[in-house]
Amino acid sequence: MTADILTITDLKKYFVVGHKGIRRREPITVKAVDGVSFAVREGETFGLVGESGSGKSTVAYVTVGMYRPTAGSIHFRGQPLFGEKGERPLALKKEIQIVFQDPGSSLNPRRTIKQILELPLRIHRPQDNRLEQILALLEMVELPADYMYKYPRMLGGGEKQMVAIARALATQPSFVILDEPTSALDVSIQGKIINLLMRLQREFHLSYLFITHDLSLMRNVASRVAIMYLGKVCEIAETVEFFRSPYHPYTQMLLSSIPVVSEEEEQLKPRKIISTGEIPSPVNIPSGCSFHLRCPYKMEICTRIDPVMVQVGEGHLVRCHLHGQPGEASHEE
Amino acid sequence: MGQPRINSSSEAAALVAQRIRQLERESRRENLGRAWYKLSRNPMSVVGLAMVLSLILLAIAAPWVTPYPKHAGPFTDFANAKIPPCGRYLLGTDQIGRDILTRIIFGLRSSLLMGVVVLALVVPPGVLLGLLAGYFHGTWIDTLIMRITDIFLAVPPLILALAVASVLKPNLWNGMMAVSLMWWPWYTRLVYGLAVALRNEYFVTAAEITGASAGHILFREMLPNVLSPVFTKMSIDIAWVIIIGSMLSYVGLGVQPPEPSLGTMISDGARYLPDQWWIAVFPALAIVVVVLGFNLLGDGIRDMFAAEEI
Amino acid sequence: MSSTPLLLEIKDLHVHFAVYGGRLKVLDGVNFVMQSGERVGLVGEAGCGKTTTMKAILQVLPTPPAVIPCGEIYFKGRDLLKMNPNQLQQIRGRGISMIFQDPTAALNPVFTVGQQLKAVIKHSAVRGRPLSADEVHQRAIQSLQEVALADPERLLKSYPIQLSGGMRQRVCIGMALATNPELLIADEPGTSLDVTIQDQVLRLLHRLVKEKNTSVILITHTLGIVREMTDRVYVMYAGNIVEVAPTAGLFSRPMHPYTIGLMQAVPRLTGGGVSDGIPGRIPNYLQPPTGCRFHPRCPHVMDICRQEKPASYQVDDDHYVACFLYRGEEGKGS
Repeated sequence: MTADILTITDLKKYFVVGHKGIRRREPITVKAVDGVSFAVREGETFGLVGESGSGKSTVAYVTVGMYRPTAGSIHFRGQPLFGEKGERPLALKKEIQIVFQDPGSSLNPRRTIKQILELPLRIHRPQDNRLEQILALLEMVELPADYMYKYPRMLGGGEKQMVAIARALATQPSFVILDEPTSALDVSIQGKIINLLMRLQREFHLSYLFITHDLSLMRNVASRVAIMYLGKVCEIAETVEFFRSPYHPYTQMLLSSIPVVSEEEEQLKPRKIISTGEIPSPVNIPSGCSFHLRCPYKMEICTRIDPVMVQVGEGHLVRCHLHGQPGEASHEE
Repeated sequence: MGQPRINSSSEAAALVAQRIRQLERESRRENLGRAWYKLSRNPMSVVGLAMVLSLILLAIAAPWVTPYPKHAGPFTDFANAKIPPCGRYLLGTDQIGRDILTRIIFGLRSSLLMGVVVLALVVPPGVLLGLLAGYFHGTWIDTLIMRITDIFLAVPPLILALAVASVLKPNLWNGMMAVSLMWWPWYTRLVYGLAVALRNEYFVTAAEITGASAGHILFREMLPNVLSPVFTKMSIDIAWVIIIGSMLSYVGLGVQPPEPSLGTMISDGARYLPDQWWIAVFPALAIVVVVLGFNLLGDGIRDMFAAEEI
Repeated sequence: MSSTPLLLEIKDLHVHFAVYGGRLKVLDGVNFVMQSGERVGLVGEAGCGKTTTMKAILQVLPTPPAVIPCGEIYFKGRDLLKMNPNQLQQIRGRGISMIFQDPTAALNPVFTVGQQLKAVIKHSAVRGRPLSADEVHQRAIQSLQEVALADPERLLKSYPIQLSGGMRQRVCIGMALATNPELLIADEPGTSLDVTIQDQVLRLLHRLVKEKNTSVILITHTLGIVREMTDRVYVMYAGNIVEVAPTAGLFSRPMHPYTIGLMQAVPRLTGGGVSDGIPGRIPNYLQPPTGCRFHPRCPHVMDICRQEKPASYQVDDDHYVACFLYRGEEGKGS
């Protein structure tokens, strides 16, 4: 087995969103991420799937250094990302980069492509010939050199995202977070971006943390998948195993909700679980298992006690009372 | 679309460099063309631009284009006082026989000068403080800057100007100082609101994650995105500054006689209303034209920076 | 076509937008036909003109910059483009209802759900007998019950901000159907929602329109949703309808190179990697390609495609393709 490049251990990130009480002293907190652990291996694509409020983006933003975690730790090649104090060193900023969802807002509308790509080069590779590197970056993402003096608004959505990818790779990172990199784009363009990302991964031996809400896409890009719901991971498995036998009722609900385009795919959907209920607000997370309000297999214990992660197969972890005893793996069919 | 490849040969590199320079020129030309198109789509903006440009030209060329340049200084000609508009004096003469057209054009000069100087004094610090407060949103720097701004905003502007102008020697320059002192917080407020929103934009985050300095983020990432509303406000504010300057002159705290100023001319002329109406009405109309021109231009500038529709 | 009267017929609709550098020729001769009771999908990617088409039907295009140089839009035999604002107001809301992509923007934040819903119900009754306050209230409650919202009494008093995204979209659906419209245009009704919530909302919408036998135009870019919700599909590319087919036929045998490319681009749950999609991007509407607008991206491009605009060729029952590849098969199905 290859080594882990990024290890997240019991990560928690709470946000104070307001105050309540007569004297407004009691903080209202959102537990955006509440005890998340997983590890990404060198060179793999680790998929993180969840709906809004699941905390998947918060995991990404903490990893990339936008926020400090409330508790828990993240290690990059054994080195803690959050020391006692202070700024993350430049060397680590260089190694961990991110591609945001909407290239419309991640590229400054008043700066040219050349200026956008110049910044990471100036900071992290000051000794290289800048113009040459910019041309090389554009070529790497298959954009013509003519684009240098264009502004983002003159580019198509897919092309903008390619610029964003070029910017992320300009520092020559080894770990790249892809935060829904294609969900703002058309399907016919998505494939090109995805395949470009896959080619770059092979070429530069990159490790990806791929965040999306699109399970169909995940099936095709990730080597392993983790499902998040309201700040917690409910299931982690190898991709093939995951789609063959999803254990967690939420995973099953998610799978059965996907609109698909062929009969073969229809067969893969666990039809029995029909999506019901609302996603609770992360301010007010239900007691016990946070999914119990929507779960068709709800038991008495689910309302009281939050289940723990158990292993149900080779590298397959589930956090659900239905699969309570480690190793027992009683899959309800 | 040619796709120049990087080549070790210097000839190819030169070709690439040449092509890049050409691209730079082309994109600049296209941006200018696009900006002009958006401004010119509204005919009123073009009228505004034309008005402002001709007023500026007129003001600069005042000593050469006015019929009686001497009338702008200490000059009296009681024989020709209070002559209504006629062929010799297009807009008539005032109570001591000075040509009103000449004095309006010279008055415009000091008004425009005042507008330009005040904005030059006011905009840079106002914008800088707004950017800083927005960048440090939620910290004590934000609180400090914005509370000071609030204090200045709480003082009624004209009262402050009157106070300053009456404590110091009343003249054009002290008037400008007074107006400037009360004007910067509006820019700070405007820019602050925009900067707070920009602070959370993903492109700012991306720059931060990469390790960009505060200076880069403030001036390269955020500043270009606040310029459009600032320019729009500047165009409209010039008109306001001119009005305030005229008000100060009107009450005798601005430009001192015999220096011509639109405000003084109106206040002097008001005494001869309604019989010798031209003495007060033409300077007042001049103010209307100036204000209108800058306001129309302001709309045009706003359109110019607006995002493409559809 | 059969003898039943057409509910909606669009003939050779062109819509242009005046912008810097000329005119964006966005719609380039759209033809569209639907009968009463049909559920029709209009599928295409961002910028293909599907929303412009919908806005043209409702006559809500801003003019300027929009210009409609030619075209006719018949709703039950009357040309919407020739109606006066009063007649249009009659059609909008009562004849044709809308559901938008973003329910947050579709509801006014300063009025309660009840105020907005009741206004719609009252408006729908202007022509007939005026409804009493009680009747309006009952109808409002009934509308909310129909969209499976619990505690409708309390809901009527809530403001949109107090509801979740899924609930807001249910309210919008209830509002759109409260007037029993003949045609419902749903523009990306689930796109802003989470997958599991989208599934709920779409299933609800599907059930309701079946029960009420409402005609529906479903506008979306998601092929999977079209497959589950519609009987017939129009595929749109760059301002042209490129393929029309019964839903099952389209998914089993897509014909137009664009439709085929689009189908292949959808990532499958069965795995096997992602196809590269369709090369290139949507054309610049200022200078759209000559001939077939898809030709610069088409893998089967021929000389004629660059010169002539293809007609719509019938290749099967109710299956039409605007592509020269199928010219030989013309008339086979009729």
